[in-house]
Amino acid sequence: MTTLSVSLTVNGKKVSADVEPRTLLVQLLRENLHLTGTHVGCDTSQCGACTVHVNGDSVKSCTILAAQADGADVRTIEGLAQAGVLHAVQEAFREHHGLQCGFCTPGMVMSSADLLVKNPNPSEHEIRTWLEGNICRCTGYHNIVKAVQHAAQTLRQTAQAAE
Amino acid sequence: MYAFDYTRPTSVADAVATLASDSDATVLAGGMTLIPTLKQRLAQPSQLVDLGALPGLAGIRREGDTLIIGAMTRHADVARSEIVAAALPALAALADGIGDAQVRHRGTIGGSIVNHDPAADYPSAVLGLGATVVTDRRQIAADDFFTGLFATALEEGEIVTEVRFPLPKRAAYVKFPNPASRYAVVGVFVAETGSGVRVAVTGAGPGVFRAGNFEAALTASFTPKAVEGLVWSADDLNSDMHASAGYRAHLIGVLAKRAVATIA
Ligand SMILES: Cc1cc2nc3c(=O)[nH]c(=O)nc-3n(C[C@H](O)[C@H](O)[C@H](O)COP(=O)(O)OP(=O)(O)OC[C@H]3O[C@@H](n4cnc5c(N)ncnc54)[C@H](O)[C@@H]3O)c2cc1C
Ligand code: FES
Ligand code: FES
Repeated sequence: MTTLSVSLTVNGKKVSADVEPRTLLVQLLRENLHLTGTHVGCDTSQCGACTVHVNGDSVKSCTILAAQADGADVRTIEGLAQAGVLHAVQEAFREHHGLQCGFCTPGMVMSSADLLVKNPNPSEHEIRTWLEGNICRCTGYHNIVKAVQHAAQTLRQTAQAAE
Repeated sequence: MYAFDYTRPTSVADAVATLASDSDATVLAGGMTLIPTLKQRLAQPSQLVDLGALPGLAGIRREGDTLIIGAMTRHADVARSEIVAAALPALAALADGIGDAQVRHRGTIGGSIVNHDPAADYPSAVLGLGATVVTDRRQIAADDFFTGLFATALEEGEIVTEVRFPLPKRAAYVKFPNPASRYAVVGVFVAETGSGVRVAVTGAGPGVFRAGNFEAALTASFTPKAVEGLVWSADDLNSDMHASAGYRAHLIGVLAKRAVATIA
């Protein structure tokens, strides 16, 4: 069996691994790098539990080969908190009870964090539309949307304070 | 997934040569269709030729009255392009309505039209605008490109490099999305182009097609009223768990009228 050597940056650290061409990015993250915060819900590109950032864009890591991410800058849920301080989206999910079982949460948080970089002041409709690729079987989405709205507010205030 | 080899060529010539030397090799673009297909073991390519590193295949530019989109341009880039918003807003809106954010961050226009899923959005714009599909070896008119269910005029090993859209006087796309996948249960692209009115329908049949009676009516009068009561036969349309052929036929009329209403 042929293997490929891939090198990428994951959560700011350079990593390399020898993988089969058919290895998915999510397998590389979970099985080689033991970053098990990224979940596999469906493995069929539907649920978004596996969402990570590749070069600053949210993607489903179950539907991209590790080889396609060679050279890329990848961020997972483990890389969101900085120096032990939760990211505003993580904090807002905790504060506003944006989860029940928590299985979808890593994907929801990564997806929402991407939205708030691209659209710092989204309407409720824009939040719901953006999260179409993330399925939650517990919450009914209501508190997830509320959490994203509050995180947006926090991030805008932080940005303003920094000016 | 069955095992396969993987190459990431850095020139179109190399990619074409690899494909020519191995008839079981397959092109990989965004992977949004191909990777799920491989997971289901519905295909067993010997190797994937990843177009992801080819220079110049991703990009958007305007040359006079033509909008040119590289095959590897992602849906998200078309959706948020200022060039597309100014030149052809209907196409930006179409791209923004594909799947979900994560799919739009990977899926490409080339992959979408080559795959020619009967429910895909882009084929309706390519046919509805009378675009030209450019490959490594020739140019193919939209009217000749889509040949049937998941089928196109591409030869084995031929690579789409860009799509050239002649800018219309006005155009609009309206779809009835499947609530889960966002694929079109039916989608109608209406355009008044330099060479007449074109109406392309996706989602309804075994591939994208033009609705001649709607085109004739809109040529006579480009108003929502002109298509009122027009009927498209349900005979060759799809029936599945999402909609019957009769319902799809009905949607063609409703969506065509809505599309015209947004630009009349
Ligand atoms: C959850 C989900 C929802 C979706 N919803 C929608 C939707 O609402 N509307 C819609 O239109 N689509 C939808 N899609 C499909 C999506 O738009 C993809 O872009 C499309 O499936 C294929 O593009 P790709 O770049 O991912 O191609 P790939 O999957 O990489 O390739 C698809 C096929 O095209 C061939 N190919 C790719 N590029 C080229 C090229 N340049 N030259 C020659 N051959 C090529 C490949 O060999 C393969 O056979 C959805 C997909 C998913 C997973
Ligand atoms: S596990 Fe990737 S989308 Fe569900
Ligand atoms: S919290 Fe259980 S799936 Fe979302």
